Amino acid sequence: MMGGRTGEEIWTIAESTEHGINPISLEVIWRGLQLREKLSNARLITVVLGAGVGDDGLAMVASAGVDEVVCVEHEKLGHFLPENHAAVLVDLIERRRPAIVLAAATTYGRTLLPYAAAKLYAGLTADCTALDIDQETCNLLQIRPAIGGNILATIETPVARPQMATVRPHSSPTPDPVDRPHAVVNREVADERLLTSLVRFTGSENLPGDEVSLANADRIVAGGRGLKKPENFRLVGDLAELLGAAVGASREAVDRGWISYPHQVGLSGKTVAPELYVAVGISGTIQHLAGMQTAHSIVAINNDPDAQIFEVADLAIQGDLFTVVPLLCERLANRRGAGNE
Amino acid sequence: MKILVAVKQVPETSKVTLDEKTGTMIREGVTSIVNPLDLYAVEKALEVKETAGGEITVLSMGPPGAERAIRECLAMGCDTGVLISDRKYRGSDTWSTSYVISQAISKLGQFDLLLFGERATDGDTGQVGPGVASFLGLPVLTYVADLAIVGARVQARRLVETGYENYTAPMPVVATVVKEIAVPRLPTLRGKQSSRKAKITMWDNDRIGADGSRLGLDGSPTRVVRIIRPKVAREGTRVIVKNEQTALGAVDQIMEFLEKRGVVETE
Ligand SMILES: Cc1cc2nc3c(=O)[nH]c(=O)nc-3n(C[C@H](O)[C@H](O)[C@H](O)COP(=O)(O)OP(=O)(O)OC[C@H]3O[C@@H](n4cnc5c(N)ncnc54)[C@H](O)[C@@H]3O)c2cc1C
Ligand SMILES: Cc1cc2nc3c(=O)[nH]c(=O)nc-3n(C[C@H](O)[C@H](O)[C@H](O)COP(=O)(O)OP(=O)(O)OC[C@H]3O[C@@H](n4cnc5c(N)ncnc54)[C@H](O)[C@@H]3O)c2cc1C
Repeated sequence: MMGGRTGEEIWTIAESTEHGINPISLEVIWRGLQLREKLSNARLITVVLGAGVGDDGLAMVASAGVDEVVCVEHEKLGHFLPENHAAVLVDLIERRRPAIVLAAATTYGRTLLPYAAAKLYAGLTADCTALDIDQETCNLLQIRPAIGGNILATIETPVARPQMATVRPHSSPTPDPVDRPHAVVNREVADERLLTSLVRFTGSENLPGDEVSLANADRIVAGGRGLKKPENFRLVGDLAELLGAAVGASREAVDRGWISYPHQVGLSGKTVAPELYVAVGISGTIQHLAGMQTAHSIVAINNDPDAQIFEVADLAIQGDLFTVVPLLCERLANRRGAGNE
Repeated sequence: MKILVAVKQVPETSKVTLDEKTGTMIREGVTSIVNPLDLYAVEKALEVKETAGGEITVLSMGPPGAERAIRECLAMGCDTGVLISDRKYRGSDTWSTSYVISQAISKLGQFDLLLFGERATDGDTGQVGPGVASFLGLPVLTYVADLAIVGARVQARRLVETGYENYTAPMPVVATVVKEIAVPRLPTLRGKQSSRKAKITMWDNDRIGADGSRLGLDGSPTRVVRIIRPKVAREGTRVIVKNEQTALGAVDQIMEFLEKRGVVETE
């Protein structure tokens, strides 16, 4: 066990949504637990900002093994107005001076943290895929892909505090719940004077069920120009459905109007790191790889022996997708049918 | 309506080299372009100008050569260009970059709408837009997929993980935009010609007056301490499908793979 100043605090930010705490927040807690191991005497604290945050959500956070849960509430924190959320977070940070503050690299974390970091003169590293502690300095080592995934940079914040980072969703497991959570749960009401945002939330539209959020998906089946026609893109949807996966796409497929932009994976689309990524008729240009090469398992189906996608594939199926995918769907459907008997 | 668009010049290919010691990019000898994701912001600015009227200022922070990126935006139809450039800015992290850009914006005067790209394709943090908004004390709308001016307010649709969220905000406001917001136009021949002659304002730190202890490598809170080029190649298994028979074999292999990785249950 290495040193670390007494009582140093490691914070993770949990996202409160209308459906409870975002499960991605647990991955960030897992990162915090790893760091707590490496910094003796450090305490792990999870901060939740919102309105009407349920007890069960906080209990879930507590049972992940943190030492304290701080929940700050106000109706003006109910929707994500970055100015209000950041003002409350900055105020908390100034009062308690944590050494480390982590959040998920979601649209929430990637907005809240830079807004707060600017006010604090804090270093902030984006979209980290690994975190560690430097043995000598006890500084946080933040490892992140940049330049379209071509390099991995290790970034440190030597002096400024707190050391802040966002963590790429699905780059970490979630902690096993502990038997007897010991966390103190502190609820407070936000100071109204901090909540000055003049932005108003006017409503939301959830993507239809079959358009499960790519960023949160454990499995993704993505299709590219190899599908050739809009109607063929259904093959991707069929396979995704059978695998319980979300549908992704290359830019070529999106630009041709076969599927909408929220499904685009890559440099100018989403960065994903699911358990399983199946690339169907996608060549694997550097811009596409930038968005998916940290997936845990990659299966690629492509009839070009030299397709670049094969370089990152764990399983490379070199052949006609119009032969392979229907047969695979049939097999999965049979399997499912058999399972239901 | 006064509109500001912040654009970054980035290396064209992904084959950039890095100074292993400082972790900063070596830009010499690499073709540079306007960050592709900033073109969506430029296009949106032009569309807003077409409907609501106004003037568009393009601002970039970078080496003197970043002037070219600004001219490209002028060729598309933006009105004026400002380049902020100083050796002192070299190696600035997102905190420092946001700080300097916000200082320059304050000096330029009041803007109603400030547009940023979602992220730059090189540094790839997406932190500068929200950072600048914070320094200026302005509200920020991030990941904006649609935006309209309605009276004195901006209506925006944010693309988030679960779908879209709608907001209205008073101006001035900062927005970072995603690709879905617009289809960038190509510069016209006339635009190209006049952009070549356009005068671009060049400001260094003496003009901007940002705190000298907060600039560049030394003034930045973060430091790149190590860079590696990860080997992306995996030791994959190759299965070649030639006909229906080998296709069935391939399906067996896929099923086995999915079972091993726990995606489907073992039979
Ligand atoms: C700034 C910038 C940003 C970009 N951002 C993105 C991004 O975010 N996401 C993205 O995906 N791209 C992006 N691109 C575009 C990228 O460079 C490629 O053009 C795109 O990824 C190619 O899509 P694709 O693989 O579907 O098409 P193609 O490259 O045309 O590949 C189609 C593949 O299908 C295979 N195929 C054809 N027929 C069959 C068949 N019957 N069976 C099996 N395989 C078959 C072919 O062998 C080929 O490999 C970006 C480009 C730039 C310049
Ligand atoms: C490998 C590597 C990793 C890095 N990681 C980090 C990190 O984790 N944290 C950190 O603080 N710094 C980091 N940096 C430094 C960072 O890249 C620079 O500060 C850079 O100037 C701005 O960040 P960005 O490229 O990520 O821009 P982004 O924040 O992604 O840019 C978003 C938008 O802001 C605007 N914008 C950005 N830069 C400019 C500009 N110069 N002029 C005009 N408009 C601009 C554009 O509209 C752009 O679309 C890293 C640098 C390298 C080389």
